[in-house]
Amino acid sequence: MTPVVEVRSLRKVYPLEGGDDVVALRGVDLTIEPGEFVAVMGPSGSGKSTFMHIVGLLDRPTSGTYRFAGHEVSALDADALADLRSRALGFVFQSYNLLARTTAIENVELPMVYAGVPAAERRRAAMEALDAVGLVKYAQHQPNQLSGGQQQRVAIARSIVNQPQLILADEPTGALDTVSSEDVMALFGRLNAERGMTVMLVTHEADVAAHARRLVSFRDGHIISDEPVRAKVLV
Amino acid sequence: MISVMQTLRLALQALVRNRSRSLLTMLGVVIGVAAVIVTVAIGTGAETSVASQINGLGSNLVIVIPGSVQTSGARTGNGGASTLTVADGLAIVKLPGVTAVSPSVNVRAQLVANGQNWQTSATGVAPTFTVVRSWNPATGRFFTQSETDAAAKVAVLGQTVVRQLFPDGSDPVGQAVMIKNVPFTIIGTLTPKGQSGAGQDQDDTVLIPYTSAMERLAGSTTIGSLLVSAVDGAHIASVQSQITGLLEQRHGIVGGAPDDFQVRNLADIAQAASATASILALLLAAVAAVSLVVGGIGIMNIMLVSVTERTREIGLRVALGARGAAILRQFLIEAVVLSTGGGALGVVLGVASSAAIALFAGWPASVSPGAVALALAFSAAVGVFFGYWPARKAAALDPIRALRFE
Repeated sequence: MTPVVEVRSLRKVYPLEGGDDVVALRGVDLTIEPGEFVAVMGPSGSGKSTFMHIVGLLDRPTSGTYRFAGHEVSALDADALADLRSRALGFVFQSYNLLARTTAIENVELPMVYAGVPAAERRRAAMEALDAVGLVKYAQHQPNQLSGGQQQRVAIARSIVNQPQLILADEPTGALDTVSSEDVMALFGRLNAERGMTVMLVTHEADVAAHARRLVSFRDGHIISDEPVRAKVLV
Repeated sequence: MISVMQTLRLALQALVRNRSRSLLTMLGVVIGVAAVIVTVAIGTGAETSVASQINGLGSNLVIVIPGSVQTSGARTGNGGASTLTVADGLAIVKLPGVTAVSPSVNVRAQLVANGQNWQTSATGVAPTFTVVRSWNPATGRFFTQSETDAAAKVAVLGQTVVRQLFPDGSDPVGQAVMIKNVPFTIIGTLTPKGQSGAGQDQDDTVLIPYTSAMERLAGSTTIGSLLVSAVDGAHIASVQSQITGLLEQRHGIVGGAPDDFQVRNLADIAQAASATASILALLLAAVAAVSLVVGGIGIMNIMLVSVTERTREIGLRVALGARGAAILRQFLIEAVVLSTGGGALGVVLGVASSAAIALFAGWPASVSPGAVALALAFSAAVGVFFGYWPARKAAALDPIRALRFE
C-alpha cells in the first residue's frame, strides 16, 4: 500500500536578513501508512508546526523529498497543490475557523465547493459528515449558536466531508475545556477506528496525544522518538 | 475547479454576511450614478429649453433688410436703401422651403388713448406675422388679410404699451387709440414676449397692417424689412441663398455689384446658446464622473479593509483547496457586485430624482437610455478597476500567516 506521507531528509530553513538563518527542520524522516492515528508532540519551536504545514501542502521544504499519497510534491505547481488540498486533505484548526454568519451545513460544504462537487451531492455528503460527528440537528445553526466543542465537531465534519486521505489537526483541543476535549479526541479515535481514516494530530498536551496510536516527538527540528502509544488510555 | 456561478454565490454570501457595510460601500457609486443620470437629464433639459427659447424668436426666421446705398459719395448704413418692396415679399413667398413672409414697416409714433400718451414703435406687418414670429394675440384677435388689403385702421398692442396706456387695468380691446394723430381701433393685445437677445423690450410695440403703416403713417412705398419663415432649421441656408439670387435678379444686380439688401438669420444666436448649454451639460457630466471615481475609490478602500479583516477566512479557503485564481475571482466579483449593485440603485434613484425635478421645478429633465447604459457600464468598470488590486492582495496572501493572523 502507498504510504500517505513519506518524508525523507526534510529540511526547512527560514532565511533571516542578518544572516542568522532559522533552521526549523534539520532532516526529518517519517512515513505514515493509511489508517494510522499519529500524534506529533513537542515544545514550541521544535519544528512540529512547520512540519505540519509542509505535510499539509501549505508550505514547501527547503530540501529533502515529500511524497504525499504517491505524489512527489516538489513537482507540483500551486494550483495542483490547491486541488490536492481540496480533494485529499482535511484540516482541523485550534480556533475552528468556521465562517461566521454561515450555517453549519454550508461550512461543511465549503471544501466541496472548491472541489467542484455539484450542489445536491454536496448537501448529501455534508449531512452525512454532520451525522458522523453527531450534529445533524444543528445543520442550520450558525457558529455563534454553537458551543466550542460543537463548533470543533462541525470543523471535523468539514475536514472529513471529501473523504480525504489524511486529516491534519493542529492543536484541535487547544481552545476547549476538558469535557469537550475528551469528546473531540474520542471522535477522532472513532473516525480512525471505525472508518479507517488517517489522522495526524499536532499537540503539546500528553493526555491528548495519548488518544493516538503512535506518538512522534519533535525537538529542535529533529524527531527524537517515534513509538506506539500503549493502549491504556483508549476507552 | 470551482465554477464562476459558485464563485458568484460565495461572493454574494460574503457580501450578505456584511450587509450594512456592503450597502454603505455601495453608497458612493449609488450617488455617483444617480448624479450622472440627473445631471445628464438636466443638461438635456437645458438644451431643449434653450432650443425652444430660440425657436420663440421666430420659427426658423430669416430677415431680409435693405442694404447700403451711395448718394454723391456718401454711403448710408445698412437699411439705408429704400429698395425693398411688398412685391419682393410676394416673390419670396413662392420660393420652395419658405412657409410665410411678412413685411415689416417701422414708424416711431406717439400714441394717445384712455387719457394717457406713450411713444413707441408702430410696426406694420401682415397677418402672417403671427406665424413668422410665433407670436399670437393674448386677448382679442389679430387683423385679417382683408383688413390688411383695405389698410384698415386696426391695432394690436404689445403688453408694455397696454400697461402704459391702460394703467387702470381696463380692457383696451374695442377702445380707440390715436397713432400719429390717426384714430385706430384696438382689436387685440399680444402675449408677453419679454426682452430680445439684445435686451430690447419686445413688448413695447403696436402692430398695425403694413398697408396702413405705409399709406397712413409713413407715406412710403418701400418697406423696412421682410421677415421670412423657413420650413425648418435645415432649410435656412438654402432659403437664404435662394432669396439672395431672387432679389439680385429682381433688383437687376449683376456681376460683382454690391447687393442693395442683406439676408440674415438667427442661427448664430442659436448656435451660441446651444453651445453654452452643451458646455453646461459637459461640466455636469464631468462632476458626475468625478463622483463615480470617488465612489470607486471608496469600494477599493473597503475591499482593502475587507482583505485585511478577512485574512483568516482567506487562509482557511486556501487550506480548504481554493486556488489563488478562485480567491482573486471571488474578491473581484464582490467588488463588481458592489459597484454594479450600487449602479442599479443609482439608476433607480437618478430616474426618480429626474422625475421629481421635472415635476416640482418645472424644468424639463429627460432621462436618456444612453446615460443609463453608460453609467451602469462605467460602474461595472469601476468595480473591476478598483477591485483588482485588493483581489490580487487577497490571492497573494501566504496561507500559513493568514491562518495565524489575529
